[in-house]
Amino acid sequence: MVGNFKLNKSIIGINLLICYREAIFEKRYLNNYLNGENNMKKLLSIFAVLAFAFSAHAGTLDDVKNRGFLKCGVTTGLAGFAAPDDSGEWAGLDADMCRAVAVAVFGDRSKVEFITTTGKSRFPTLASGEVDMLARNTTWTISRDVNLGFEFVGVNFYDGQGFMVPSALGVSSATELDGATVCIQTGTTTELNLADFFRLNGISYEALPIETNDEGKENLFAGRCDVYTTDASGLSSTRAAASNPDKWVVLPEIISKEPLGPLVRHGDHQWGDVVRWSLNAMIIAEELGITSENVDAQMSSNVPEVLRLLGVEGNYGEMLELSNDWAYQIIKQIGNYSESYEANVGPDTPLEIARGLNALWTQGGILYAPPFR
Amino acid sequence: MNEMNEVRKPPVATTGIIGWLRINLFFNWTNSLITLFVIYCLYQFIPWILDWTIFSADFKYNYLGEQITNQEMCSRNLDPENGGACWAVIYVRFYQFIYGFYPRVEVWRVNLAYVMLAFALLPLLYTKLPYRKYFLYFTYIFPVIAYFLLNGGLGFTEVSTNKWGGLLVTLVLGCTGIALAFPIGIMLALGRRSKLPVISMMCTLFIEFIRGVPLITLLFFGMVMLPLFLPEGIDMDGLVRVLVAVTLFQSAYMAEVIRGGLQAIPPGQYEAAKSLGMSYWRMNLLIILPQAIRISIPPIVNTSIGLFKDTTLVIIVGILDLLGIGRGTLADTNWLGLSYEIYFFVSLVFFIFTFGMSRYSLYLEKKLKTGINMGAD
Repeated sequence: MVGNFKLNKSIIGINLLICYREAIFEKRYLNNYLNGENNMKKLLSIFAVLAFAFSAHAGTLDDVKNRGFLKCGVTTGLAGFAAPDDSGEWAGLDADMCRAVAVAVFGDRSKVEFITTTGKSRFPTLASGEVDMLARNTTWTISRDVNLGFEFVGVNFYDGQGFMVPSALGVSSATELDGATVCIQTGTTTELNLADFFRLNGISYEALPIETNDEGKENLFAGRCDVYTTDASGLSSTRAAASNPDKWVVLPEIISKEPLGPLVRHGDHQWGDVVRWSLNAMIIAEELGITSENVDAQMSSNVPEVLRLLGVEGNYGEMLELSNDWAYQIIKQIGNYSESYEANVGPDTPLEIARGLNALWTQGGILYAPPFR
Repeated sequence: MNEMNEVRKPPVATTGIIGWLRINLFFNWTNSLITLFVIYCLYQFIPWILDWTIFSADFKYNYLGEQITNQEMCSRNLDPENGGACWAVIYVRFYQFIYGFYPRVEVWRVNLAYVMLAFALLPLLYTKLPYRKYFLYFTYIFPVIAYFLLNGGLGFTEVSTNKWGGLLVTLVLGCTGIALAFPIGIMLALGRRSKLPVISMMCTLFIEFIRGVPLITLLFFGMVMLPLFLPEGIDMDGLVRVLVAVTLFQSAYMAEVIRGGLQAIPPGQYEAAKSLGMSYWRMNLLIILPQAIRISIPPIVNTSIGLFKDTTLVIIVGILDLLGIGRGTLADTNWLGLSYEIYFFVSLVFFIFTFGMSRYSLYLEKKLKTGINMGAD
């Protein structure tokens, strides 16, 4: 037990430092960073050995229960995903994800503390145990899943890099953008995706390097570039911020895969299951047509899976070490996936993001949750 | 005799408004040209900015008389020809800008702390204050009071620092950083000039290391690495870790500023103090430091202003200060696209504080007559 414990500590130490390094180099100087990796790792391992004093992270669920509230890492503000509203409450798709987990554990949507993290600080914050989970618009990649020692438990939004142009340009497809000036964030993977896409299609472009989303927006609106490219959800919020959104169109091409989902620390499968099935419960609820409004009526449904999900039959809550009505409470207090989507990013919000890939698999999307049995 | 007694007035061209204008604005033709150009620019710019910020701006209601609750209701979004700034976003979010996510029922504690801060600063800023001595006692215990008031304890409900934000965080970081860095900086400066090699080397190493890395790196160090070096079971608050980083950073700079002041003190002062039989500490406290700090006022204020603005970097480690709250607001789908208003407001608040600091330092310099050559005193 003691040996195991020590091992755990040093592993966490190493992970933490690797996170720190990734944070610094993330999306920047990608090549330098890959070449220097070996030396860096040696150096960091030495540090990690020196840097003890860390507790093991098994039993997050018990920690959360004992603490009395969930600590959930979110962005410092991203339209539709997590942002404080006028009364200081966090709202958005990711914020709902956090609340769903809090409801699953405590049956109370207010038992959550939102910890703001940036692209740079999110991984160290999770690794060090300062948050129990991240729902922070984070792309699921192999290196994050494996090398950083995290576990992505699902996808709550399928994003991808897209293009936005003024509608006056009269372009309907990104392949017609030959010779266009493109506003692009330098040193990011979006830049590499862009270069690949244009090369594949044999067309040329001129890059206008920018640093932040705001800068991209201003440059596009001022006409200094013809095209702005970033993740589709980001394009939608940029478009919504325009004084006349109808003057801008988001082109249909999506040129990269950005599955965004909640993640937890590697190795604590019990906790991972709680977060995974909190997300799945919302998706399954949509599939079964259970909403926050009809959930009480559905308690007397004759569909077996509905009864299992709502805890009328079976003891699935017990398996997760939660109360048996955990999924009922999520649907009652947060709603199903569709309700959360429509309220935060859907076509009726200023972001106007169509369901697209995020529709259920039965409706042309790829949202698919394993069966509830 | 009469003619001799008559006092001749100076030529009109050198006195009054006309004289001032001639000397300052129209001294020669290049000078005049620049003046005219600047006047033209101001003529173009000022009416526009006044119109945008005040005359056509929405403060709470749009031009239809409706109370604004989201960006679509702003006059300039309803009718681009009609509207100026949409200050309603500041109005609606004012609470967050000032207190962050501090619970509303407890907010009187923050207000009380703000008022007490003013009283604590009063005797420091204004030496002719009546009963200054008693005010100073209050100043000494203020940090303790403020800690319990803001954080909780002693019968107050605890408010986790995670809920602090906006101006509150900016002020806590700025004030604590500046206040703690000053004594640490003095010790470091004295240490670096010490004749004991161990002390001077340690101080030099510390100062050079901290000055050699950017504040962002230190913030990261505080946020990520510091917990690793702490004994197990001690969970350090995120804001405290940032405060540690900010204080270390500021003290290194403060140390160098004060060392500059120390080096300007003529050796005669040291010799005179020693010949009176003063100990090292008495000499420094009574003779050297008062003079050194006096001549260091401009750079001390300079680095303090720098720090106050640098506190905005804490957004990198996920703490929402005044600027962070502004960005959070911009991410709310209700207020998308109001970046001009929000950044304008945030800069205005920062300007008020930093301008106040710089004005105060000018007043202090005048009062202490720092311009006088110390050697000739």
